[in-house]
Amino acid sequence: MTSLSYAAPTSVDAAVKLLAGAGGVAKVLSGGTDLLVQMRAGRVKPEIIVDTKKIPGIIGIREENGAFVIGAGTPGAVVEAHAGLNKAWPGIVEALDLIGSTQVQGRCSLAGNLCNASPAADSVPALYAAGAIAVVVGSKGKREVPVEQIPTGPGRTSLGKDEFILEFKLPARPANSSDAYLRFIPRTEMDIAVVGCGISVTLDANGVCTAARCSLGAVAPTVLLVKEMADVLVGHKLDADTLAKLDAAAQAAAKPISDKRGTAEYRTKVAGVLARRVAAIAFDRAAGKATGKTH
Amino acid sequence: MSKSHVTTTINGEAAEFLCETQQTLLDVLRDVVGLTGAKEGCASGDCGACSVLIDGTLVCSCLVLGVEAEGKSITTIEGIAQGDHLHPIQQKFLEHAALQCGFCTPGLIVATKALLDENPNPTETEARYWLAGNLCRCTGYDKVIRAVMDAAAVMRGETV
Repeated sequence: MTSLSYAAPTSVDAAVKLLAGAGGVAKVLSGGTDLLVQMRAGRVKPEIIVDTKKIPGIIGIREENGAFVIGAGTPGAVVEAHAGLNKAWPGIVEALDLIGSTQVQGRCSLAGNLCNASPAADSVPALYAAGAIAVVVGSKGKREVPVEQIPTGPGRTSLGKDEFILEFKLPARPANSSDAYLRFIPRTEMDIAVVGCGISVTLDANGVCTAARCSLGAVAPTVLLVKEMADVLVGHKLDADTLAKLDAAAQAAAKPISDKRGTAEYRTKVAGVLARRVAAIAFDRAAGKATGKTH
Repeated sequence: MSKSHVTTTINGEAAEFLCETQQTLLDVLRDVVGLTGAKEGCASGDCGACSVLIDGTLVCSCLVLGVEAEGKSITTIEGIAQGDHLHPIQQKFLEHAALQCGFCTPGLIVATKALLDENPNPTETEARYWLAGNLCRCTGYDKVIRAVMDAAAVMRGETV
């Protein structure tokens, strides 16, 4: 039995010191819904677990002049119960809600989903589309990092050994803005995305898109932020021509592998179909036509 | 390897235990505390047989470290009945024969308790989605859902 120590520091400084001082592998614990499974399978063998949930501010949501700050370890169930986030960022809420079961929702966090760095992570395409900023803390202090710069490959991130995410910042929304996320799975619950797609848009009074961010999940080694999809939307209404171009841009960006969840050809096709559906929901929401959940 | 000393509350009573870091809350409940109602099915958070409440939130105890129980309030299946009186959820599971082998039943009952605490009047669809993380290989789920909907009605004070 190798010795495994545990600490639940109550300050950022104490947590950073523990991470920096570890001789072997140190793992940050938020909800543990990935970490505990990986430890049990023997895929990670940490020397120390640093439980960050007792650090002030790391769990909870605050609104500041229309912008939101979500604590990195806030459980999915808490995010989903937040009325302000449901109104401003329904795509992020519905994406996070797709992770696992009710039981998993009681623990899983945005930071865990991002730092587990699975290309199929459901909340991550929504965070990319939202332009979320991760507030990263470490020995050198605090830095703000666009979320799309955190994952670097399957299971790999750009965070240093002594770094972890303290919170996420979501910008204030202009009028007529909204977002949406859909994933495709062969059933309705408890599965991992074959393809995921997140889109966030701002429209003008005539329904013409003035700003967009689009992302695809499970079609590359990391979630992709796809500028070509956004470029197709900006300056246009969501008519048949725009939808066809968006579909083509999504298919062109998708670089999937074939595995048990689907062939590369299938995933590429589904990326285009999902992009059309997600754009329709995001545009409707931004125009005030629908605010309901998509699943 | 030194063990951690954990002070917590289990089913309303103060409790303390010693555990190693890698022991899950499920390991601790079953092997240290001696509460064997919560079951280990998958040990990966997929089956829900180990469901417990932590400060009222439904979780898989196989995905929680024992040391994380410090200062928390844990509710297990052993804390659902009131003395010798079965909880209405337990009573309705019996009446509807919502079990065969019974392995998933503690988790289903704890998960149903969490559902009805939060939403006393769920639709059948809401109940099915809420319980999607509790796998049962015997019943085909229909009897479970009938028991849940019936228990909800009883707990709302409606005569059934």
